[in-house]
Amino acid sequence: MKITEELVDYVADLSRITLDRDEKVARGKDLGDILDYMDKLNELDTSGLPEMTHPFESENRFREDAVTNADRREEMLANAPESKGDFFRVFKTVEE
Amino acid sequence: MEIRDLTALELGRLIREKKISSPEATKIFLDAAKEDAAKEATQKSKINAFISIDEEGALKRAAEVQRHIDAGEMLSPVSGVPVAVKDNICIQGGLTTAASRILSNFVPPYSATVIEKLEAAGSVVIGKTNLDEFAMGGSTETSFYGVTRNPWDTERVPGGSSGGSAAAVAAGFAAYAIGSDTGGSIRQPAAFCGMTGLKPTYGSVSRYGLLAYASSLDQIGPICRDARDSAVVYSILSGGDPKDSTSIAQEAYRPCGLVHDGEHDIESGLKGKKIGIPANYLSDGISEAVRSRIRTAADELRALGAEVVEFELPLIEYAVPAYYIIACAEASSNLSRYDGIKYGYRSKNASDILETYYLSRSEGFGTEVKRRIMLGSFVLSSGYFDAYYKKALQVRGLIKGAFDAAFAQYDMLLGPVSPTPAYKIGGQISDPIAMYMADVYTVSVNLTGVPAIALPCGFTEGVRGEGGGLPVGMQLIGKPQGEHEILTAAAAYQTVTSYHKRRPGEGV
Repeated sequence: MKITEELVDYVADLSRITLDRDEKVARGKDLGDILDYMDKLNELDTSGLPEMTHPFESENRFREDAVTNADRREEMLANAPESKGDFFRVFKTVEE
Repeated sequence: MEIRDLTALELGRLIREKKISSPEATKIFLDAAKEDAAKEATQKSKINAFISIDEEGALKRAAEVQRHIDAGEMLSPVSGVPVAVKDNICIQGGLTTAASRILSNFVPPYSATVIEKLEAAGSVVIGKTNLDEFAMGGSTETSFYGVTRNPWDTERVPGGSSGGSAAAVAAGFAAYAIGSDTGGSIRQPAAFCGMTGLKPTYGSVSRYGLLAYASSLDQIGPICRDARDSAVVYSILSGGDPKDSTSIAQEAYRPCGLVHDGEHDIESGLKGKKIGIPANYLSDGISEAVRSRIRTAADELRALGAEVVEFELPLIEYAVPAYYIIACAEASSNLSRYDGIKYGYRSKNASDILETYYLSRSEGFGTEVKRRIMLGSFVLSSGYFDAYYKKALQVRGLIKGAFDAAFAQYDMLLGPVSPTPAYKIGGQISDPIAMYMADVYTVSVNLTGVPAIALPCGFTEGVRGEGGGLPVGMQLIGKPQGEHEILTAAAAYQTVTSYHKRRPGEGV
């Protein structure tokens, strides 16, 4: 299928990825080539067939909603790119 | 006797018999791994199997395991035996990168269930192995930490994505290794490196602590020197896990049986078994080197009493496109967690929260990962969801039906693992579709959830370094929870063949 620059921008946006000029061209070409290849699936009539999301039939497994882990705040914060006190530090997310 | 050439079971027995201690054995493997790691990246002889080597931790752990062994405890077949673990499996307190810049500083606060099981069995982890970034690739070339070289020919790729794990065992840096397989990532590097690799039944090994790529396809499994080692390691890794709700319920779990060597009559394991070869696996697009070895393997299996026949397995040409739609869709969702907030790489160039997401991801992910995330976002987007994602799920069901029909006639299937033996570094990486199509023999196993084992069935003819002497792998595909059957068949094959015993250092 034809991949327009707008479509590349849209998909990059959905993916939370920024692309420079060259990457836009390259990713657009990839996407077009790969989707053309995937269009092979249209040779098969699948109308009305079930969608297989999981290899085997499975049922939801319920469990008690009980806390099983300890308070490990410091260990979690140790991986944070930035933290302040007991919190992850990020740019302001709400307007005043 | 060269300690680094032994199987995990052989080494485990020596340790239990006090012929060598676990710290002594561990040091031998560590020294070899460290010698390689110390080489410059430009050196052609550098395998680069590891992203991190934990010398201090491994030696400490080996001493601890030895104390248990001396006290008559912790006597599993692999107690005290060094293992290498793919770097997309979490080990508490140790760097776990998935070979990505975006996790280049991530130290997990917990261990994967498979790590806890290995520890309970007395394993000694010596390091974390290289992989394609987030396990997306078939050559270990997309790693942020540089390519891993194939020990059989260092100008060639080791396969992927578990290329570091397969190369580590082949090069004698560990007695066995743990990998993960989403579309062939255990089996194909095992084939390229002359190893035996098992992709277990979906759900038989817990995925808790495996960095998710495509959750309905991912499975953890062993890469070993032979099928007996694989059976033992599979037995350790497998079983239901309350922390993974997609794991097989413990009461439905079928243990693999072949646990201690010598206990079972392996050689007669193939008598009367019906093995089907999908004829179309041997027709188009396969190299003559691989095709002829598979046909020879069929004869070798017949000599062991199996009935081996070719048959038409329909729909195989649709497996790769269906697989990549599903895998990329799941990946785009799974990898949305990497946003530079709670862990991992955060861009220094951002000036607001949205830019933190965009720039951390753009700077943190490599090209192939971006390609797959974008493809996944596209096939899940409104307007294209039905045409691609829904369609692929329906085709997945059709492929499952074709496999069910095949297994109504055959006990297992035999086929190639990859159309070619290991290819040259840089040879295919610039052509994504060619890379994807090379997964044609492996992805159906993940789509349908069945187990499969890759094992060596010969070597290419010719001169080493010029395309000769490269391992060729074959694959035995089993019924759901049919690990016992394919492991026994592989072990039987390995009692009458010696391809798995050849080491990269030996001449042809």
